[in-house]
Amino acid sequence: MREDLKKKQKRGMIRDWILLGIILIIAIILLTIFPDKNEAVTNTVWDYLVEMVFILPAVMILLGLFAVWVSNEMIMKYLGKTSGVRGIFLAIILGALPTGPLYIAFPMAAVLLKKGAKISNIIVFLSAWACIKIPQEMVELQFLGVQFMLLRLSLTIILVIIMAVLIEKIIEWSEGKAATM
Amino acid sequence: MNATAIVINVIAVAALLMAFIKDRKKAIKSLKIAGKSFIRMLPMVFIIIIIIGLLLGFVPPDQISKFVGEQSGMTGVLIVGAAGAVLHIPALLSFPLASSLLEEGASVSAVAAFITTLTMIGTITLPLEIKELGKKMAILRNGISFVIAIIIALIMGVIL
Repeated sequence: MREDLKKKQKRGMIRDWILLGIILIIAIILLTIFPDKNEAVTNTVWDYLVEMVFILPAVMILLGLFAVWVSNEMIMKYLGKTSGVRGIFLAIILGALPTGPLYIAFPMAAVLLKKGAKISNIIVFLSAWACIKIPQEMVELQFLGVQFMLLRLSLTIILVIIMAVLIEKIIEWSEGKAATM
Repeated sequence: MNATAIVINVIAVAALLMAFIKDRKKAIKSLKIAGKSFIRMLPMVFIIIIIIGLLLGFVPPDQISKFVGEQSGMTGVLIVGAAGAVLHIPALLSFPLASSLLEEGASVSAVAAFITTLTMIGTITLPLEIKELGKKMAILRNGISFVIAIIIALIMGVIL
């Protein structure tokens, strides 16, 4: 499984570099045909590049620190034993910690479910892991402003909790029905 | 450098210093992970930036706003939301892309829908999600996520 992932990552990277080559060639061709666009395009590219350079290394360092200091076992230990409002809160916070891609969270969620964790907590945890990551919010703040970021964040949290309860009800209901049949 | 970037860099440096004081070995390991993920992300960073450059340079704003601006309405939001669900762009890079689209006349709703579906829904990771959590839960989560992403987008469009 681990080997597979590594191979996949490597292939993904090669694909990304090839894609970059293709896009560079397209850009160069377009700019030679339309030299008047040259300045607008290079200015934009430069502006965005500078902004990324200022922010990405810091975000990556935070990601690295969390990946090493917050172990998956730690997250599972805390998430496994709480429920209710506190459980949902904890699920959001633990999910939002910057500790890696979503596919790591699936097996964790599966183990927790088998151990009897609440379905709603697990859904909140997965959704927070997917879309409420702390470094993501920082980059969103940088590029889209505080109003946009805060509004989207609060709406996401509210609706994710509603979704989680809904999914729990649907699954319980369908399992209850299957049991009586 | 704007205020946000300064704050983030200060936090990162402070955290790194604390890490080094607490445990040198672990801190170095973190830096290695950071470097590796940075390099892994690098080609995608350039790709997105070049696409933004071409988009802003070649596609006139009225074209963009026709497809994903205010007048495109619900259809625009749904199309962009679907694109976000299917595309596989690192979330970190969706924000500069989103801000360039906003600059070019895309609506707040469309941009919010794009970011939200992109992060919440994973069509590429869906097989793994089904394998680990079962068909019912995985499909419910991704399906309802799409609906709430659209709701989030529409509310944001009204407020902002």
